[in-house]
Amino acid sequence: MTPATTKTTKNDRRSDDLSNETLIGWLRDMQLIREFESRTMQAYQQAKIGGFCHIYSGQEACAVGTINSVEKSDPVVTAYRDHGHALARGMSAEACMAEMFGKITGCAKGKGGSMHMFDRPNNLYGGHGIVGAQTPLGAGLAFGARYEWEVLGTGTKKVCLCYLGDGAIDQGAFHEALNLAALYSLPVIYIIENNGYSMGTAIHRHTANADNLIARGKSYGIESIEIDGFDVRNVYDAFKPLADDCRDMQRPGFVDLKTYRYQGHSMSDPQKYRTKDEVADWKSRDPIASLLHHLMNERECISEDAWSTMEDEIKTVVREAVEAAEAAPIPDVDTELASDVYALPMDNLSPSEDYKHGLKNPLM
Amino acid sequence: MANLTLVQAINLALVQEMEADESVVLLGEDVGLNGGVFRVTEGLAQRFGDHRVQNTPLDESGILGAAVGLAIAGMKPVPEIQFEGFLGPAYDQIVNHAARFRNRTRGAITIPMTLRVPVGGGIHAPELHSDSPEAIYTHSPGLKIVMPCTPYDAKGLLISAIRDPDPVIFFEPKRVYRAYREEVPEDEYTIPIGQAKVVSEGDDLTVVTWGASVFQCLEALDGLPEDVSVELIDLRTIDPIDTDTIAASVEKTGRCVVVHEAPMTAGLGAEISARVQERCFLHLQAPVQRVTGFDTIMPYYKLELEYMPDANRIGKGIRECLAY
Repeated sequence: MTPATTKTTKNDRRSDDLSNETLIGWLRDMQLIREFESRTMQAYQQAKIGGFCHIYSGQEACAVGTINSVEKSDPVVTAYRDHGHALARGMSAEACMAEMFGKITGCAKGKGGSMHMFDRPNNLYGGHGIVGAQTPLGAGLAFGARYEWEVLGTGTKKVCLCYLGDGAIDQGAFHEALNLAALYSLPVIYIIENNGYSMGTAIHRHTANADNLIARGKSYGIESIEIDGFDVRNVYDAFKPLADDCRDMQRPGFVDLKTYRYQGHSMSDPQKYRTKDEVADWKSRDPIASLLHHLMNERECISEDAWSTMEDEIKTVVREAVEAAEAAPIPDVDTELASDVYALPMDNLSPSEDYKHGLKNPLM
Repeated sequence: MANLTLVQAINLALVQEMEADESVVLLGEDVGLNGGVFRVTEGLAQRFGDHRVQNTPLDESGILGAAVGLAIAGMKPVPEIQFEGFLGPAYDQIVNHAARFRNRTRGAITIPMTLRVPVGGGIHAPELHSDSPEAIYTHSPGLKIVMPCTPYDAKGLLISAIRDPDPVIFFEPKRVYRAYREEVPEDEYTIPIGQAKVVSEGDDLTVVTWGASVFQCLEALDGLPEDVSVELIDLRTIDPIDTDTIAASVEKTGRCVVVHEAPMTAGLGAEISARVQERCFLHLQAPVQRVTGFDTIMPYYKLELEYMPDANRIGKGIRECLAY
């Protein structure tokens, strides 16, 4: 794996028309994810986070660039490397961190964990642990959104963003989802966050025709593009027109979003499948550093001092999120253990014979 | 009132719910113009349009995944899977998504989906087209499992299922689809999920069953001596099990036989036996008997009637339980 090169030249950048404030906002979002993930790793190593944990560092431009290309009302669904999407979508660092700590203030009341970030007000529908299984959900969400707009007349035109990793493209469900999306002309964009590895197996070893992933989208008649996902402006420049068109025409899209993860697949990954040089090579064109460079030296809209202040502010936000997560109570056994299984619980329904409604989900 | 088969009663329930609620959307393999493999959705595409009765590819995982997505988006999807054996490819979406979404989102998102599936043997089909997997899905918290066997019950339970906020698997015993007709009211009515029905009252022994086996049990009862009085319970809903109705009956009769088509080991007969001994231990005059399919793969049609509990085997089970 070597870094891809940016195809778009400076002159045709649509992001050039965006305000300094917007781009500084992206910088803040990306840095928040980076900082959040380093504190996440720390907390995991201190055994404050249970289960499995998949770190997003390196891929920040993917979530930030794509999510900022669509509306807040557009549904988003993703896989288990989901902290970045949750934060980019507007979930508070506190709710996200508390979820991983298993605390009641988490986005799913501390019962879902790292892989199951849900945020209904921000239209984030998971966070899913089964590889590729979220992809038909994306088709269904798009189907529902289109039905709402076209048949019920109660909604606006929407486009659903459905993220998956390059490992998930080998799953059968993904091909069923692509076929459904194309067949019914559903407004869903399948975004392959192609970080080059399917857990510990390099892309050329796990999938056929690995240099031409977009052939899969095209084979279903879906407009399919490759984007260098290591540069957030580039992501926006290439993705925004596709998203607009998929929304306008109510049809699907497919994106091979080339990126790289700095950390292992999960926190327990020995990373024997890649070299330190390879990681260093990618880090040399770090997405946050390149946006910062652009803002500092080309737009000249952020100073060293302002950046330093922003870094400190973000550190404080994340540190406070960790502190709040630590201080928050665990879910109450009496109200939470058997709750939220059924919307309409009844006697004899396993496992909650003595069903009690849980507390109201703080984020929902 | 109209004299309807099980197929027609289900069709009528679908028509009425689709008329009442535009968010009810059907999807499945050939459910459109062809009306599905058993013609249960016949005429619905013509009546409501292809956009509400979506023919799908042959992709059970895609169908169920899309249905879950539709439900998240606020629709009430009613997917059909052609045969219970084809639930295999969709299992991930049913058990890992539909059943768990409410719990995973801690009450924020529920999946008001009704999954219709023809079930059971007796139509000369091979395995995967004749199985009874209801226990598999009962073992997954988050789902409700319904299996009516009469046209009247089917209509009322299907309307309840579609209106229920939780995911419901609605099993339709295919052996009964066109086996007989009964009067079914044209007006809408509901039958609550979770309530068993006492088909015939009796004092000597309780038979608990569901699905097409209800009719085999009725035949077995006909063959018993006139002085034997059997109470026959049709569960109608498998999860939640109506333990109260079963327990009230067994407390009265002291004896219980459970009949189901699925294999015996770890089948629902085991669950019901456990509940009976928990609730009625001091009333029991005999061990709970199970008359079930065998612990083998559902055989092809030449042997299917050997596999499924018939009136003879059920009658034998009842007599043994009475003689204990």
